Amino acid sequence: MGRIRRFGQFWYEFLVGDDWTAALAVVVALGATALLADGALNPWWFLPVAVAAVLAVSVRREANARRSGAALPPDLTEPPFE
Amino acid sequence: MTPTVVLVVSTFLASAVEMVEALTIVLALGVTRGWRSVTIGVAAAFVALALVVAALGPALTQVPISALRIVVGAVLLVFGLQWLRKAILRAAGLRALHDEDEIFAREIDESRHAEHRTVARLDWYAFTLSFKGVFLEGLEVAFIVVTFGSTEGHIGLAAVGAGAALVVVATVGALVHRPLSRVPENSLKFAVGIMLSTFGTFWSAEGAGVSWPGQDLAIIGLIAFLAAVSFGLIALLRRESGSLATPVKASS
Repeated sequence: MGRIRRFGQFWYEFLVGDDWTAALAVVVALGATALLADGALNPWWFLPVAVAAVLAVSVRREANARRSGAALPPDLTEPPFE
Repeated sequence: MTPTVVLVVSTFLASAVEMVEALTIVLALGVTRGWRSVTIGVAAAFVALALVVAALGPALTQVPISALRIVVGAVLLVFGLQWLRKAILRAAGLRALHDEDEIFAREIDESRHAEHRTVARLDWYAFTLSFKGVFLEGLEVAFIVVTFGSTEGHIGLAAVGAGAALVVVATVGALVHRPLSRVPENSLKFAVGIMLSTFGTFWSAEGAGVSWPGQDLAIIGLIAFLAAVSFGLIALLRRESGSLATPVKASS
């Protein structure tokens, strides 16, 4: 069980990383892009703007947490050799 | 710069960053535990990575291109945004810079004090750590090569970028026998984060049914846009921190 959990955790950390809300926001933005593209629009501008917004929110959240000294998740994409 | 060149440069930079980190571990182990088990560990990791690429590459070519682009693009985008966020926070002095010299010293210390257990005539500590180091760092490279290659239909070119990085980093590492601490690692990670996010945005939007103005040339526009947003965020964070904030001390 421990090994399966570690295996799942590795892939979660590898693919989703330490900010799952950013990953979720990307998926939602992609869904919205597909919906908009399904109509008469060609919403090429939508995803870049959404990506910039997701990046800004994600950066802002971690910056605020670091400045306030709040507990942060470990640096998941750095080599896990400890 | 054409999109094909961007693709090769992206795989080269991403591979170089990961290989510099793997090299630090391999050098520290080789210097303290001897090179035999370390070399076998590195070779085993390369074989494992080749198997991953050989299994995933052809499998991905069977997936319909629009589905492949939307899934691969989304994953690359999530992946790239993580790199970019960390690089922005490092550049703004809010996150520790990666210090290869310090990591090298710590690895040396730990491997000197680790127990000597021999399995199949191998120093097990040196073998497993070198395998793990190269495999885990290489997995990101393999992932980027396979996804870039299969989505753009240029898996050979993506592999060339990664192969060139391997040759450069391994040659320099063999010559200097020291961690490559002078490599501007955060700048490389920043560039890679922008490129991964760019390709992720481009492919996933295409997969979702978007037609990019200028077709492939839109990639250049996306790079410029994401770079401008990122530099803007760095400037904003620096200003908030009182312009020249004291950089966070490197810890790992």
